[in-house]
Order: sequence, then structure tokens, then C-alpha cells
Amino acid sequence: MDEFPGSEAHPGPDHQEDRRLFLKQSLALAGLTFTPFPFQQADGAEPPLADADKIPLSLSINGTKRRLAIDPRSTLLDLLREQLGLTGTKKGCDFGQCGACTVHVDGQRVLSCLSFAIMQQGKKIMTIEGLSNGTQLHPLQESFIKHDGFQCGYCTPGQVMSAVSCIREGHANSEAEIQEYMSGNLCRCGAYPNIVKAIMDVKTGGQAV
Amino acid sequence: MSNANLPEPSLDRVDGRLKVTGTATYSAEYQFKNLAHAVLVTSKIAKGRITGLDSKLAEAAPGVLAVISHLNSPGVPGYPSVKQPAERAPIGTAFRVFYDDFVYFSGQPVAVVVAQTLEQARHAASLVQVNYQTEKHETDFEANLAKAAVAQSVQRNKTSPFQDYDRGNPDAIKTAEVKLESTYVFPTQHHQPLEPHAIIAVWEADDKLTIYDKNQGVKSAQGNLASTFKLPRENVQVNSPFIGGAFGSGIRVWPHTIAAVLAAKKVKRPVKLVLGRELMQTSVGSRPFTVQKLAIGASKDGLLTAITHEGIGQTSTYEEHLERTILATRAMYACPNVSTRYRLLNLDVNTPTWMRGPGDATGMFALESALDEMAHELKIDPLEFRIRNHADRDPERNLPWSAKSLKECYRIGADQFGWNKRTLEPRSMERNGLLVGYGMASSLYGFHRHPSKAKAIMLADGSVVVQSATMDIGPGTGTAMTQIAAKMLGVTPQKIRFDLGDSSLPDAPGQNGSATITSVGSAVHVACESLKKKLLALAAAMPGSPLANSRFEDITAKTGRIFPIANPSAGISYSEILKYHRLPQVEVTEESKPGPERDQYSMYSFGCHFVEVQVNPLTFEVRVTRVVTCADVGKIINYKTARSQSIGGIVGGIGMALMEESVMDHRFGRYVNTDFAGYHIPVHADIPQIEVYYVDQPDVYVNPIGSKGLGEIAIVGVAAAVANAVFHATGKRVRQLPITVDKLV
Repeated sequence: MDEFPGSEAHPGPDHQEDRRLFLKQSLALAGLTFTPFPFQQADGAEPPLADADKIPLSLSINGTKRRLAIDPRSTLLDLLREQLGLTGTKKGCDFGQCGACTVHVDGQRVLSCLSFAIMQQGKKIMTIEGLSNGTQLHPLQESFIKHDGFQCGYCTPGQVMSAVSCIREGHANSEAEIQEYMSGNLCRCGAYPNIVKAIMDVKTGGQAV
Repeated sequence: MSNANLPEPSLDRVDGRLKVTGTATYSAEYQFKNLAHAVLVTSKIAKGRITGLDSKLAEAAPGVLAVISHLNSPGVPGYPSVKQPAERAPIGTAFRVFYDDFVYFSGQPVAVVVAQTLEQARHAASLVQVNYQTEKHETDFEANLAKAAVAQSVQRNKTSPFQDYDRGNPDAIKTAEVKLESTYVFPTQHHQPLEPHAIIAVWEADDKLTIYDKNQGVKSAQGNLASTFKLPRENVQVNSPFIGGAFGSGIRVWPHTIAAVLAAKKVKRPVKLVLGRELMQTSVGSRPFTVQKLAIGASKDGLLTAITHEGIGQTSTYEEHLERTILATRAMYACPNVSTRYRLLNLDVNTPTWMRGPGDATGMFALESALDEMAHELKIDPLEFRIRNHADRDPERNLPWSAKSLKECYRIGADQFGWNKRTLEPRSMERNGLLVGYGMASSLYGFHRHPSKAKAIMLADGSVVVQSATMDIGPGTGTAMTQIAAKMLGVTPQKIRFDLGDSSLPDAPGQNGSATITSVGSAVHVACESLKKKLLALAAAMPGSPLANSRFEDITAKTGRIFPIANPSAGISYSEILKYHRLPQVEVTEESKPGPERDQYSMYSFGCHFVEVQVNPLTFEVRVTRVVTCADVGKIINYKTARSQSIGGIVGGIGMALMEESVMDHRFGRYVNTDFAGYHIPVHADIPQIEVYYVDQPDVYVNPIGSKGLGEIAIVGVAAAVANAVFHATGKRVRQLPITVDKLV
């Protein structure tokens, strides 16, 4: 990954992406997943992606516009963690099954491990590092501390990012609804009841999220 | 009784802010220039030999720095040289990485690829071609049951607790008035912490190694690596301040750690290796597949007369993993005639390891299910049956308990749960067309305390640093230790910093066996007490000191000020003491260790769980709708974090009861459900609100702080409570976990 500092990126789309975006991304990924094996590894010859050139990518991360040159194989998660040093976003499974890697893309919660970085052209990415307002924690971060909504803390950034979306999407109207709409975020320490309380507290407190 | 559900003025986690902002740094997240990435190549067969390993394509791939296998390993100085001709490792040999061409289990590391970037390493790893000579493997536990035998290590050790045990008359079971005999099957389960195991290995010099590693004991990891690589202990530095869960998977140093250290040696750069989720099942141990045969005898009026408990656990062909499976049965109930047997079965799998409540969670599933079955047979309420057979002394060691409030736990739990609303007959309760069942189980876990050291430092500004090489895999070690120090020193928690997870700090045990609060908490307590005494002496030496001639018993401290109890206004602040003596800091290091009390008392944590399930009578979908748990773990240090730990144990127990099973395809000797889509753990929607209660009375015999372990007891017994509730709801007894729909229809 190389970065070209100080250059202006393409402006990102301002409209809110809808659920179709996720479907499109998923289908694109599924296409890659189901690419026939011989195409990926033809008769001992080097597969086509092995020698890939870096591809330019412009996007906004936590309000800062970045122009990067990336390996087209990089997921958004690996771009954040391995190349930009934004390790607050966690890798739990790398298969889109645990939610630890949840970030916001154009305001929607997205599994960054299932999103290729090159698909984020012009998009606005928000990670846990960008959630608080300087030293002022986001209300959900405060609430997670108050209700002890974690133990080891590894799933926590993903839980918090998902919780923000859960409230914004209007899916935090009852404990049962929160449980349903947060079920993509696994917690092996078992902090679920505390997380639900933390979200409910912010929702009923009426704070802006 | 103390209700952990009520708002308590508990200290919030001291590292909470770091965790919710994503700034807590876990093992794979340290930044290095020149960092290289490693990806493992693992065996595709379960038993055989590697006949060829072609790495040419991989080595030629862009960015690749090295491909390391047994053919070109830089070598591990602590391994013996390979015998000629090579032979399989005998039982009792820790797995040796890239050592020879033998394959012991599917998923064994056979090579590691190191490249400039993760993407390059991952791709190149797919290009390594390994050829094998396959041998017939045995991975099917039940098919090989007849081969189970007494462990070799037990045969050599006549005082091993796993020797055959008989109390009273071993034949009493044959003449019991009422007798039940059942077999309970516990599948292989995996820890699956959300953070995959990860390491960054850095050779600072030829004889100096630093690792940033996910483990549960920096000191034991340091010692292991020092002997494996033949380095002076002080030349190995292990940094592990944040661990994203482990539950036992981080107690040992595993092959991938050695592979990363070897890789860093080979490429002379820092190397990062993160296990993919798919490798977590074959790289860091498991709860072993275990079959238990339990026979239980009772009189018609509900007194236990005999129990025989045989446990057979799975292990690898190269190591013997023993765990407490049958031991709880000897101590749990007042039963005059008890026999236990423990056997191992060596299979072509990776070695199992300790997983939360090791052995006890497995054994208590069988024992507490059997108690429920007997209560049903005798038409006695299951809770009443347990109370009738309560052990007032430890029947195994014939010693008094150091403290035991199990009956109080039963009372609190039953009251809060509403156990008296339970009807005796199975399938007799309904709600909204769904079957309802109430189940309960007891819980126990042995008390463990190990020698531990802590350093306490008073700084010139009155702030305090406390240090110990202990760990926090999630329970909130730093928070509890800060509270213990704050209470002893009379300093607000905000002025205290607690350092852990660093092998250069004073000696402490790893975080396992529910021993951290009991061991390290005691060390912090005595270190802070000693520091306070030292500061009192310094204060007494000041001219005109109001503390001159004060005895330690006569003084106290609050908000950083030390003063006579009789005259609170005549105090001196810690910062004034250091200022007068012109000291930048005052420090002490103290050790705390167990004494002869272990021979005078039998020490356990006790508790119980009450579970309500709803079962759909058509689909047999089981949902846990309510849980009440109560524990007697001595003095509670922090209600908020203790409650979270109890809840976490319940959640793990619900997973154990209803979902978790690592399924192996025995044609290939390979696990097939190697991700969270296949290996199910509870999600938000599976878990109801959980009520937690503690007796909260100090156990005055165990240690200076009166606290016992909580981590394991939180999960022990939960699976049985769920199974018993399912039986009560449906009338169907499931003795093979997990309780899935196919076993109920």
C-alpha cells in the first residue's frame, strides 16, 4: 500500500446507500468465491492474481480523504488493520460470521472482512476510531462502560458500531428487537444481556446517535 | 444475600475506555516497520508421513521471503536430534514443529510461508505442494472405545488423583434399593475466543527474543520459549496486556507460536502470524470428547447409597491430557460408597487442553443429570433430593469445608427463580402453547492458589503503581486489583495504575483455574499493606508527627491521607511524606502463598443454577427463557465484573448444552464445521436476561482477602441444568450433548 498525501480524492456519494448495496457486494464476492478452481490455479502456472499490480483507491476514512494504491486482493478489513494501522476494527473470523469487523460504509453497517477494499471507491468509511468526538465518547461507548457490555473487549468495537446502526435503523424498540438485530455480532465472553441493556439505555435516554 | 442485579457502586472497568474506543492493543496489533506476515500450511491427512514438499512455486511468488518446513527449518535448539531411522514421538512428547516427516493429526503445521504482505503470504501458502504417504488413522472415539486404558502417566504416579478410587463398599451399587445406570456423551468442543490466536515474534538479537502473543500466562510462555530455544529466561520478553478471550486455549505454548518464532529467526524480521478461524480447531486444543458411565444408587427415602463413575477422555497419540472429569463426584454429595475410574483413549487428533471448567463441567453434566434422573425415579423434587444429600464435610478427604454456603445458594436461587411453582411431573407445564420446563443443577470448583508476587509503588504525587505479571483474558483483573489496592492504601482508584501481561513484572501464575483473584489478589493485598506500613514508619519519623508511636492497627487511610483512627483530623498525606523525605517514590515487592490451611480444610467454590426452557411441542426448538444463578465464592471484589463473569459462564453453558459440537468426518479424520456457520455458539437472540446472586461472605481460611474463584464455577453444572429443564418440559432425557432437535423429535 502506498499513500499519496495531500491529494484530493473524488468526492464520495452523499446519498444513503440501501440494502441493495450489500447484496451487490455479496454477489460480487460470491462470484469470486465460486470461481472454478482451475481458473485460479492453472496447471502449475502462476494464478492471474499473484502478480497483480497495485490499484489506486480513493476513499474517506473517519473524515479524512485518502488516496491509496492497494493490492486488489485486500479486504477492507485488512486494509484498515494491516496497512493503515486502524486496528480498532477486529478480525474475528474473516468469513462474515462474527461481526467483529463491523464498520460503517456511507452510514450503513458493513462487514469489512467481506468487502474488498477496491469496492470502496469514493465511499465514506467510519471505524470505531472515528466514532467518538475527540475525547468525548459516543453515548453508546459510555453506555457500554456503564453496563459492562464486554469482558475481553475484542468484539466490542464491532458491537458498538453495530449498536449505533441498530438504533439509527429504528431497530432498538425493545430488548427482543435489539437481540434480533444485534445477532450478527458474536460475543464469546457472553456479555449479551449487558450489551442489550447498554443499547436500550441509550435508546430510551433519547440521546442522538 | 447480595443481588448483583441491583445497581451497585462498582468501579467501572479501568480499561473500559480503551476497549470501547478500539485503542486496547491486542497481540496482532503492534506496529513494526519491516513487519513480515506468516501463513501456515497444514496437513491434509490425519496420519502418515510427508514424502515430498515442493515450495518452488511459493518461493517464486511475489513478496515471498521464505518457506520453512522440516526440510529447511533453522531448528529448535531444545528439540533432540532426529533419530535415524526416524520414529514416531512416544506418548508424553509435546508436538515438535517442523521436526520430521511424521503427521499426527489433520491440521498439523507442515510449513510456514513468510511474505511481505498478508495477501502475498496467503496466496503463496496455497502454492505449496505437499505429498503424503497415508497411514490408516483412528479418530472415531466411540468405535475405538475398547482401546481406552489407564494413562501411562497415572500408571507411573501411584498418588495421582486419577488412580482408581473406591470409598466404602465398591459393590454397594449392586444392592441399592433403587439403581440407575446411564452413559453420557460429551462431544469435542472448542474454546473459540473471538480473537484468533496471534503472535508477533521479534528477534532483538541472536539470543534475545520478544513476542507479542495471545496466551494466558506471560511467565509460563517465557519459561517455555526460553527452554525451547535455549535462551536465558531474562532474554525472552513476553508482552500480552490485552487478550481477546481464551477460556483455556492460551494456557500452553502451541505449535504456531514456535512456527512464528522460527520464521522470524529465518527472515531476520519481525513476523506476524494470525490463525485463521478454520485453524482454531486444530491449533489450540479442545475440550476432549468424553464418554461417562454413571451408576447411581439410592434408598427409597431419597438418600444416595452408591455412585460409580467412569470417565473416558480423548487425547492425542503423542500426549496425555488428563482432566477432572470424575473428581467432583467424590466430593459433591454425602454418599458413603463411591468408586471412580478414569481412562484415556489415544486417537490421531491434536492434543486436547483445558477449557473453562475443565473436567468438572464435563463430569458435573453427567452427575447432575443422574441426580435429576434419580429424583424423578424417586418422585422427589430435584432440589429437595440435593438438599437431603448435602455433604456437610468433604466426604472424599474427610475434612471440614473452609466455608460452604451451598444450602444458602439453593435457597436464594429457588426463591428468586420461583422454583416452588414447578410441578413434579415432566411435560406438565405449558405457556402459550409451548412446553415449559424448570431445571436446576449444583456447581462446584476446587480452590486454587499459587505463589504470587506484586510490587506496589507510591509516587511523589500520591499516585500508585501496582505491578504483577498476571493476565486479563476478560474477567477484569486490572479492575479488581485496583480495588484491592485502593481499599488497602486508602487511595481513590483513579490514582492507581495496575500493570499486567508483561513477563518482566513480578512473578505471577497464568490466568487459569479460577486462581487469579485468590493468588494475585492476595499478593496485591499484602504488597499494599507492606507499602502502607513503610509509609507509616516514614510518617512517624517526621518532626511533630501525629503518627509517631502509632501502631499499624490504630491507623487508617482515606483519599491519600494516613491518620490515627481515633483522630481523623491529625493525618499526613502520602505526597507530604514523600516530599518531606525527598523521595521520588517508595516501593515494596511482596510474595503471597498458600500455607498449611490446605491440609486442614477442604476448599471449594459452590453454587447452583436454575433454568427455565420453552420447547415447541411440534418442532422441539428449545429456548432458554430465564436463568437464575447463585454462587458462594467468598468475598466479591467487584459486583459489576463478577456479575459479567457469571453471565458469561451461563452463556457458555447454554452453548455447551444446546449447540456446541466439533464434528469430525472420520473418513478423513478432519473437523468439518471449522467456522461459526458450522460451530454454533450462542448469539444475542439465544440469551435471556440472567439474574446473578452471591452469598458474598468472606472465606476466612483461604487467603487474606477471603475471595475464591468464580470463572469456572460459573459454567460448571449449567449444561445439566438446561438438560434437566428440557427433560422437565418434554419428558425426554438427552444424555448426549448438544441437545439438538434431532435428539428430541
